Amino acid sequence: MPRLNSAADLESLGQRLLNSSKGKRVVSVTNGTDGRTRHSEAVVQALTDEIRKRSLGGKLVVKSTGCHGFCEQEPTVLILPEEICYVGVKAEDVPEIVSQTLAKGKVIERLLYKDPTSGERITKESEIPFYKSQDRTVLGNNRFIDMDRIDDYIVLGGYSALARVLSGMKPQQVIGEVKKSGLRGRGGAGFPTGTKWEFCRKALGEPKYVIVNCDEGDPGAYMDRSLMEGNPHSVLEGLLIGAYAIGAADGYIYVRAEYPLAVENVYIAIKQAEEYGLLGNNILGSGFDFKVHVHRGAGAFVCGEETALIASLEGRIGEPRQRPPFPATSGLWGKPTNINNVETWANVPLIINRGADWFRSLGTERSQGTKIFSLVGKLKNTGLVEAPMGMTLGDIVFNIGGGVPDGKKFKAVQTGGPSGGVIPESLLDTPVDYEELSKLGAIMGSGGMIVMDEDTCLVDVARYFLNFLAGESCGKCVPCREGIYQMLKILDRICEGRGREGDIELLEEIGETVRDFSLCALGKTAANPVLSTIKYFRDEYEEHIKYKRCPAMVCKELIAYYIEPEKCQACLICLRDCPAEAITGDKKIAHVIDQEKCTKCGTCLEVCPPRFSAVTKLSGVKVPEPIRQKTEVVRK
Amino acid sequence: MAKVTLIIDDIVVKANKGTTILEAARVAGIDIPTFCSHEELAPYGACRLCTVEINKGQQSQLVASCVYPVEEGLTVKTESAPVTKGRKMLLELLWARAPGAQALREYGVKYGITAVREGADYGIIPDISGTRTKFEIEPTFCLLCGLCVRYCNEVKKKDAIGFVGRGTEREVLFFPELAANGCRQCEDCYPLCPTGTLPLYYTLAEAQHSA
Repeated sequence: MPRLNSAADLESLGQRLLNSSKGKRVVSVTNGTDGRTRHSEAVVQALTDEIRKRSLGGKLVVKSTGCHGFCEQEPTVLILPEEICYVGVKAEDVPEIVSQTLAKGKVIERLLYKDPTSGERITKESEIPFYKSQDRTVLGNNRFIDMDRIDDYIVLGGYSALARVLSGMKPQQVIGEVKKSGLRGRGGAGFPTGTKWEFCRKALGEPKYVIVNCDEGDPGAYMDRSLMEGNPHSVLEGLLIGAYAIGAADGYIYVRAEYPLAVENVYIAIKQAEEYGLLGNNILGSGFDFKVHVHRGAGAFVCGEETALIASLEGRIGEPRQRPPFPATSGLWGKPTNINNVETWANVPLIINRGADWFRSLGTERSQGTKIFSLVGKLKNTGLVEAPMGMTLGDIVFNIGGGVPDGKKFKAVQTGGPSGGVIPESLLDTPVDYEELSKLGAIMGSGGMIVMDEDTCLVDVARYFLNFLAGESCGKCVPCREGIYQMLKILDRICEGRGREGDIELLEEIGETVRDFSLCALGKTAANPVLSTIKYFRDEYEEHIKYKRCPAMVCKELIAYYIEPEKCQACLICLRDCPAEAITGDKKIAHVIDQEKCTKCGTCLEVCPPRFSAVTKLSGVKVPEPIRQKTEVVRK
Repeated sequence: MAKVTLIIDDIVVKANKGTTILEAARVAGIDIPTFCSHEELAPYGACRLCTVEINKGQQSQLVASCVYPVEEGLTVKTESAPVTKGRKMLLELLWARAPGAQALREYGVKYGITAVREGADYGIIPDISGTRTKFEIEPTFCLLCGLCVRYCNEVKKKDAIGFVGRGTEREVLFFPELAANGCRQCEDCYPLCPTGTLPLYYTLAEAQHSA
């Protein structure tokens, strides 16, 4: 690779790459972590082999890319410029794709995405309902970039924002532009990024450091992973621009060790950027020097908190400390340090290139730009969603997510990861915005969004998240360590039918103390799942406590499986399948569940033929005694 | 040294810039309860008992006074209603972990917390009628204030005692190999322990080391 010694060098490289890519078709295969779990590597290999066999290589480029967003449909093969999108592709499908689509231009109907609502097959990616209402400003480039090729990023105008900054902008101007754009931290707290940079720039002390926080710990959230895997250079470029603005010569990328592909790709990206002279000394001939180091996190949720992250980076126990002093004045090794989340950094080059006004035009008055969410749970479409701020929760759930499948009713959406809040149906018209969400007792968080249907018990949900947080609390401060634990104990007993009068108030009292008295954001937000479910679903708690009834029929200790004798056709299926041998009966003798033996695994309900539907769940009522005289079954 | 003026519980206090609210209050003769602060040690902010309410202009905020630096014009209330309410809850939570620990009893009398509330059933002691959760632990004598750990680290620079485990599993431990080389001769951390039980932990480590 030739070293780039000026902005002009970069521009002419971009031009050359553009010329050589002209007229070539691109076959882009999702080969990130999500794709690989479904054998996308075999698809890439098969494509490469098949194309070589047919000597189509001159006119085609196969790209092994990160996640495009619609993870549940991966591996996806996207053929450009036609934008033909094949989903759920297997290696066996590859010869047909090559011989039909790539050689003859024929679309293979069966590999197209089928809209679950209309049943229609959709050819173009942009017309798939999941993508239609999205605004993939940050994530969209994943489609065009081979994870291992810096050239793919450069041809899209990559590093041109850096070139612009280094060749013509003063650090203060860069900070001014970021401040004007209104960009706020995407890691969760939503602090204005430009202001944060300014604090760090003005802080006394040398050297200064910049850090990428890629310690994404929320269960079920993978926005940062997908960016880091699929488009690491956008993060690096943002980091470089930030480092220049702040006056830092060293940067750290703190990435979870549980993200092996992200770690691998980040190393590749750094190496390639160094070879081009985009990292190292005298970057693009500007005199600006910058080095990046990678640090792998060891899997503690709390290390996503900036002071804990710094402690971990320094080799100490990953425990938070009180702010102030903020890292901007005293961070890594006691020096001024600026930490931003992966997604925040990735937004920076876009702001420099397209301008603060463009960025402000997206979103609401107080929350600008787009936000990537990992939309999961009881939905027709799940995956990574990038939406402009201000889109309502309802639009995200129903237009992008396609609503709840199997004719079930929507119940609630949980935003902001384990320490987020649960929002009920009546508030679905709330726009996604930092302030609006926190008004409801939820948080934007890093972008987790879990949709729940009517079969979800919210007391159980609160218990689930508290169980996670109890395991991740570092144990340093009293309210978080002891409070979460006691709330969990109370939730346990409510779910087990031992709830008491006054438990709801007690949960609120402990929860408020944990929220107001904890040291770091983990503790301060840990009570959210409890307080928000009590706020919006208090009746569900009361049902559990007063009537020992779980309305969603989830809490095992509060439900019973029951075979209705009038409906049972004595087919023996449930009797044979019951792993606890709790079902008695015989041919022509209606089956009965021995409640003492039953482990409530639900197998009988699953296997009972739908035309009989004899097994039901009961909660809050006594299980009827078996009626001895009516056991003889006359087959209908 | 530059001075700042602030108001703590209606008393005008002049304090050196860079000191904490807790230190400024002590100088003014106002006692704020705390387990984890010590004049020889760096501020830690773990017990949260010293939390106070501060007002800057319109905004009111709860902060730990042992780590929060004084600011010009700050109004501090050390016993406002939200402060006292939370402080009582913290004492009760600690009581559940370390029932009747010496230092707890002293503050307990002041705040009226001399036991876990009746019927709350949230002691550390496992409820025999229910299942043990993953995090269930036995009652202890230790409040995890960390005075011993930090003293050994910051002042003695020996690191013979430390924290192990996280969350509710966190505990204080003498590292037998390190403790064997000098703890007997030092024992400076013993008088710092607000529960007076630290020697027991040492004896345990010693027994393990010789075993």
